[in-house]
Amino acid sequence: MVELRVNGVVQQVDVEEEMPLLWALRDALGITGTKYGCGIAQCGACTVHLDGRAVRACQVAVGDVGHREITTIEGLGTPESPHPVQAAWIELQVAQCGYCQSGQIMSAAALLERTPDPSDDQIDRVLSANLCRCGTYPRIKSAVKLAAQRLQGG
Amino acid sequence: MGRLGTVTRRTFLIGSAAVAGGVAFGTYMVKRPLPNPLLDDLAEGEAAITPYVKIDADGVTLITPRADKGQGAYSIQAHLIAEELDVDPHSVRLTPGLPGPAYYNANVLKEGSPFPQYDESWMAQRVRGLMELPAKLMGMQMTGGSTTTPEAYEKLRMAGAVARETLKEAAARQTGVARSMLSTEDGHVVTPSGDRLAYADLASLAADIRPVTNVELRPPEDWTRLGRSVERVDIVAKSTGTLDYGIDLDFDDMLHASVRTNPGMGGALVSFDASAAESMRGVSQVVEITNGVGVVADNTWRAFQVVNAIEIEWADGPYPSSQGEIWDELARAHDGEPDSRNRDDGDVEAMFSDSAATVLEAEYRVPFLAHAPLEPMNAIVKASDDRLEIWTGTQIPGFIKTHAAELSGVAPENIFVYVQPMGGSFGRRLEDTYVLQAIEMALAEKGRPVKMTWTREEDMTHDYPRPAQLARMRGAVKNGEVQAYDFANSSSSVMNSWFGRLMGPLPGPDATIVSGAWDQPLGIPNYRVTGYRAPEMVPTSSWRSVGNSGVGFQHAGFLDELFVAAGVDPMDELIRLCTHDLSRQVLEELKSLSGWTGPSLGEDRARGVAFAMSFGVPMAEVVEVTSTPRGIRIDKVYAVCEVGRVLDPVNIEAQITGGVIWGLGHAMNCELTYENFAPKQTNYHNFEGMRLYQTPEIVAKALENGDEVNGIGEPSVPPAGPALANAIFAVSGQRIRELPLNKHVRFV
Ligand code: FES
Ligand code: FES
Repeated sequence: MVELRVNGVVQQVDVEEEMPLLWALRDALGITGTKYGCGIAQCGACTVHLDGRAVRACQVAVGDVGHREITTIEGLGTPESPHPVQAAWIELQVAQCGYCQSGQIMSAAALLERTPDPSDDQIDRVLSANLCRCGTYPRIKSAVKLAAQRLQGG
Repeated sequence: MGRLGTVTRRTFLIGSAAVAGGVAFGTYMVKRPLPNPLLDDLAEGEAAITPYVKIDADGVTLITPRADKGQGAYSIQAHLIAEELDVDPHSVRLTPGLPGPAYYNANVLKEGSPFPQYDESWMAQRVRGLMELPAKLMGMQMTGGSTTTPEAYEKLRMAGAVARETLKEAAARQTGVARSMLSTEDGHVVTPSGDRLAYADLASLAADIRPVTNVELRPPEDWTRLGRSVERVDIVAKSTGTLDYGIDLDFDDMLHASVRTNPGMGGALVSFDASAAESMRGVSQVVEITNGVGVVADNTWRAFQVVNAIEIEWADGPYPSSQGEIWDELARAHDGEPDSRNRDDGDVEAMFSDSAATVLEAEYRVPFLAHAPLEPMNAIVKASDDRLEIWTGTQIPGFIKTHAAELSGVAPENIFVYVQPMGGSFGRRLEDTYVLQAIEMALAEKGRPVKMTWTREEDMTHDYPRPAQLARMRGAVKNGEVQAYDFANSSSSVMNSWFGRLMGPLPGPDATIVSGAWDQPLGIPNYRVTGYRAPEMVPTSSWRSVGNSGVGFQHAGFLDELFVAAGVDPMDELIRLCTHDLSRQVLEELKSLSGWTGPSLGEDRARGVAFAMSFGVPMAEVVEVTSTPRGIRIDKVYAVCEVGRVLDPVNIEAQITGGVIWGLGHAMNCELTYENFAPKQTNYHNFEGMRLYQTPEIVAKALENGDEVNGIGEPSVPPAGPALANAIFAVSGQRIRELPLNKHVRFV
């Protein structure tokens, strides 16, 4: 049994400690907004927050999470009450297939948390870890900027 | 050219059928003695309806049969119906439906609806048109070849209009008010006195009425949804992690599985040792499947670990083992008999022996490319002795049903395919091996749903890629003009490989080996295009823009060499050579939009241009680059095309820019190279495509000068790579004749 704090709820999961957090979320807890794309830290589809920092859930063993708070896309916001980053994503209609977008949004939200007014270079550096096969990058970039503006009350 | 036009102009019939508790509206087809796998379940003369609108006591359901791989198909289909039906697509149910019309057969027959005419020439034309991809895709409930919009454009609006008028007729009978006095609004029929009758309450009455089919479609100036920026129906779910893709579905008691099959695709399994694997925690069983081994376990991670722990001996793959041997085969094919010569204007040979002409020769190569959509292939199957249920993202639900029946012995009418939203496809899901593998494992675990997920490594190495191709060309310039272009490409046949797996091998030449060359509207006086068919090697399939993806680079790349040799401006020469008004307008618009005055943009900066017409859409792109000390930077791209009518401006921009990024990213750094029968590339670390930091500003423009409505999922791909290569030449003098370009230059 491993104890995890996911989106504000403490959960007991009956899995081995070495299971990647990605699969504990998806298969053991049924929290599937976090996606599997590569399993080797190349695509970013599995990005979640650990105590607010973006990590690749395919690279973190559940046994190493400890008491850190896990936030997934479901914990960031909801369809009724989206996080400002999600609201920007909706407003600019970023998603095509959408499969990468949970990870893109989690990366963007963590970036804006620490760097409320990121430069183009900072956006490039952080979001380049997230692959989008559909090529939604131009709108991702615009949406990060829109969200930054909104978060700063603009 | 204009192949899609012949389809959009054909006739079709909208009718209705009673269904449980209500009524469905859709198109009719009748079984005739012509092959159409869709109608296999029907007796001759029987009718089937493909429903688009269903209304019952629970409300309105729009059935959007074209799969959504991310290109916005659900949304555009829903908006087409809603424009005529007067419902809000965000507040009705949407479903991709079940494959095949047979699902609704019984009801159609019970009602015995009349279907006065059947346009036989239409079906015959489809069969004759088998050589052409779009025609072939059309008949078979597939999504591909940029066909969704042109096909849906009239059909779905007509279905919405027939449904609306029939509901009004039902309301007229119920209220005694003449139909012409009634109007419709947001899912209701409204009487002159303001009474509102919900569609749901009229459904059963409407089922008993002959559908009102003499309806006029609303003219574009009256549209309230189409042509405007509308919110995609799935955009909130996709931005909040709440959309379930196939890979996300969960059922009680579900098992998880993964497979490894011969990396030499089609090669056999010789032996395997699963003794260690079988005793690992959480393993249900190890199953031998076609050409490989599968593991069924308690979670996906376990299935991955265990399947990778099995010792397996593979037979050789059924094709040359190395990339070098594959190139040799492609080169040899040029010495054989032509597969096609669809263009032979003037006399190229005479021009090559003209002593006043400058003659150029070149060889261009394009590599195998994986589709690699971000959601790896997966399927959930629940099997019992006489029933199969399948949940998966696919473009070919009808074929899955046929193949599943052959594999399992279950009767087709007891096989149900539930099409799921897809995390990308790009042509990948026109294949169904992964589904058949899931069926094999579910048959070993009857009664429990089995979710089979591929590792990314299995996915990348079993992709059915775009084929490698080798083109040889000669050209002649004289008096500052391109006088001759002799283009010859060799390739294995995608159509034969892919169709062989779907239905059996395809006779006749494969036009896709040269599509993007023979069919271009360029008036070069001596112009010859020849296709050479190399033997089947690695199994291949359609990859976003199909033949045009590789041929586009080869054809436009060498054309640029001819322009340079002739000493002409490439943009002006394309315009001068262009024989098609709509295409010329595209080029002229691109010239003015990009402020084109020539390839040079000053020190260390330059641009290239390329044109390609594919799927009925003329598309031209300018790529601007800077040569920096660390490598080439792509600064800006202009993309202009002709689509007839823009139905969804937000989505069309997304599709054009997405295609440009797809085209550029793969041209920059992607290839599959074979060694020991398998690709060396196994995951995104060595098959990367474009990333955000490399993404240029992209200006996209869609013109509406023509009268055909065309889809835009693919046409922006072909010109992107050659426009970039031509820009690199303009900035550096380096002519690159093979992809990926990063074999020769660095990108920053
Ligand atoms: S699945 Fe974790 S980075 Fe790709
Ligand atoms: S939207 Fe499809 S992978 Fe990003």
